[in-house]
Amino acid sequence: MGKITSEEKKKTAKEIICFHCGDHCREDHVIFEEKDFCCNGCKTVYEILKDNDLCNYYDLENSPGISLKSKDFGDRYNFLDNSEIQEQILDFKDGNTAKVNFYIPVIHCSSCIWLLENLYKLKEGIRYSRVNFTRKEVYIDFNPHEISLKEVVMTLSTIGYEPFISLEQEEKKTRKSINRNLIIKIGVAGFSFGNIMLLSFPEYFGFEGIDDVLIRKFILWLNVLLSLPVVFYCSTDYFKSAFSGLKQKYINIDLPISLGIITLFLVSLIHVIFNLGPGYFDSLAGLLFFLLIGRWVQNKTYEGLSFERDYRSYFPLAVNRLENEKEEAVPVKNLKKSDIIRVRNGEIIPADSILLSKEANIDYSFVTGESDAVQKNKDDLIYAGGRQAGTSVLLKVQKPVSQSYLTQLWNNEAFKKEENSEFESLVNRISKYFTIFVLLIALAGLSIWLTIDINKAWFVFTAVLIVACPCALSLSTPFTLGNSMNVFGRNHFYLKNTLVIEKLTHITHIVFDKTGTLTENYAGSITFEGKPLNKKESAWVTGLAANSTHPLSRKLIKQQEGLSELSMLEINNYREIRGKGIQGEVDGHQVKIGSLQFMNGEGSEKEGANAYLSIDGEVRGTFRINNVYRKNIRGLIRNLANRYKFSVLSGDHEGEKEALEKIFPDSTSMFFSQKPEDKLKYINTLQEKGEDVLMLGDGLNDAGALVKSNTGIAVTEDITSFTPASDAILDADRLSDLDRFLRFSETSRNIIYLSFVISFLYNIIGMSFAVFGKLTPIVAAILMPASSISVVFFATFAVNTMAKIRKLI
Amino acid sequence: MSVIILLIIFSVIVATAFLIAFIWAVRSGQFDDTKSPSVRMLFDEEPTEKDKNNQSKE
Repeated sequence: MGKITSEEKKKTAKEIICFHCGDHCREDHVIFEEKDFCCNGCKTVYEILKDNDLCNYYDLENSPGISLKSKDFGDRYNFLDNSEIQEQILDFKDGNTAKVNFYIPVIHCSSCIWLLENLYKLKEGIRYSRVNFTRKEVYIDFNPHEISLKEVVMTLSTIGYEPFISLEQEEKKTRKSINRNLIIKIGVAGFSFGNIMLLSFPEYFGFEGIDDVLIRKFILWLNVLLSLPVVFYCSTDYFKSAFSGLKQKYINIDLPISLGIITLFLVSLIHVIFNLGPGYFDSLAGLLFFLLIGRWVQNKTYEGLSFERDYRSYFPLAVNRLENEKEEAVPVKNLKKSDIIRVRNGEIIPADSILLSKEANIDYSFVTGESDAVQKNKDDLIYAGGRQAGTSVLLKVQKPVSQSYLTQLWNNEAFKKEENSEFESLVNRISKYFTIFVLLIALAGLSIWLTIDINKAWFVFTAVLIVACPCALSLSTPFTLGNSMNVFGRNHFYLKNTLVIEKLTHITHIVFDKTGTLTENYAGSITFEGKPLNKKESAWVTGLAANSTHPLSRKLIKQQEGLSELSMLEINNYREIRGKGIQGEVDGHQVKIGSLQFMNGEGSEKEGANAYLSIDGEVRGTFRINNVYRKNIRGLIRNLANRYKFSVLSGDHEGEKEALEKIFPDSTSMFFSQKPEDKLKYINTLQEKGEDVLMLGDGLNDAGALVKSNTGIAVTEDITSFTPASDAILDADRLSDLDRFLRFSETSRNIIYLSFVISFLYNIIGMSFAVFGKLTPIVAAILMPASSISVVFFATFAVNTMAKIRKLI
Repeated sequence: MSVIILLIIFSVIVATAFLIAFIWAVRSGQFDDTKSPSVRMLFDEEPTEKDKNNQSKE
């Protein structure tokens, strides 16, 4: 094994890219075997792979790895030794065989597939592993006597593929079967469509052989037979939806479709039985075939993402409980009042508890929106959801998880409302008028023909219903929206379903959360204000801060990371006084960082300062944590300003008001120190005023507002990490493109309008054939597929062209 | 003319067989993941330590 040569610092201006993960490397990065690595984690993975002869991983793609920066597993997976938890996670266990399916969000390239399918070379005991790329899952078959579940998970984690472990898996399985059913239905409809068409050719061209009554009858009855699965299997979803719509006294698009299918089938059947003609079986099967394909395009979902998560998937699965001086991992839901638990650095506190240790630093930014960590002392009540930073702490549970302060938000009625209950999609609104219009024309045709030719009157009536079946109408929406959703997805804006695009076009008011949405998480830089420090002095400060676990100290060190050797400075008489500050002697100088009181009354108070610094008793200046706004927020607000109203809701204090006022127009309402319920209420007030609200948020504190708003977008820096339930997930880097996304959703709506116009043209042509009694089966067989295909083509083409013009693809 | 009827019956039976094969393929999950099989077939049989040494000598 080679020696790490971090001393060999390359000082080239060219950007150095990590051999493993492709991140940019710092000047002091790790060099190993003449390859550059951004951190020790990446180097370790390379070593593991190399030792196991798995370097093929790097040949398949360039820098395929996953960065392991700031990953520390420690005892995190100890809970996997608990047999109760194991039972819930394992798919199958019997003797020497255990099977498990892990969801690994970071799977992203062919190298990932290769490595994960070669796990058996890495660890003895793993027999077989197989990746499902679309679902980002890996299926592992292992021998539990040779390797424990915990070891399997640890192996995955150490090579960067940390599985997302959740105990709620049922929902996934149902989705899978729905998808499969749809594909089978498409297959069956296509089968019937093709065969009926083929068998109908003699009819179309009036072949001689048709005179043979036996063959003719045989072919017609075969058509009837082939159309049975189309009507009784493929169309069931449409019947169900139309029926449930009718029960609620509501006409949706599926009603005219169902009417069309039933009339087509019955009329054709009557034609065959009474020997009136060949019927319209080919049109019927073709119609269903295209409709189902449209549904499939629309149903494309981002299976790797979850839009429905609530607090349960944010909380850990298990926690270490102390009982009889023994520490044991127990499932979080089994926690009872007055259990004693240990929470380590970086772990989330699962239940409202009282602190037993001397002190704790809790980061609530995700839960409440406060950007600064909160210091808690012994006997303080700590609410669930906070993240401990620093050493491990002992806590005494006060309430079970399901009754904690945070989870009560989920009892709000906003979380119980039925999805889409009030939103009526464009196509459903139009179909209401369409159905009535078609019925009127059919009746008018019937009554006029009754006076001319009674025999033909019924034919005209049914022909209108057949041809008016809104196939083109109902195809334009799924294809336009399905393609638009794809365009958004390529721009890292993932929608829950296509309805969201339509919702986006109705927005009048945009509400922003501040912490984590407008500002970057964890990125707050620290600025020093006061008498400038020389190099030596700043080294003393970093050296002192290196001894503390306080979030501010950690940020200070992080900012200075290039100067790692400085932390080697020897500190004498180091003291940390809770809630006040730290002090120590460096190079014979007395250095103090802390609150103003800690400075022994020297110096004057400065607003917005987070800490003061004094060297040898002289106050040198203050440290201030800056909120770093995401890039180009100002430009985004400027672009949106003339079309929407804004509000800013922040869980934080008012310190940032000034900075926000510079970004937002004067009319913007800003509210600070907002609790999760306040945000929800505010959205409600806006809606009562008739506003259509778009909410952008990132944390659990926004969860209520995201659900309550008309459209909720969760903004996240890491698409694979936890986001609260929402209508869409947006990559934080693309937040500045929000105006382009909103405009593009309007473009999509306009494309739908245009396709409606086209499909109405077809309907007018078709109906004029029908009303004049000229809708022969062959006319229907040409007209109906032609209209479907041209609408599909137009929708697809228009969306892609517009996306190219807008530079979205 | 009954030979045509016979032919049609056979052709429909063959077509149905393919339909059943398709349904079986969907049910057994062959269409669940369309990406990894396409990549998987391109993976080489892993060169062992020996092969690598031979290559470097050549």
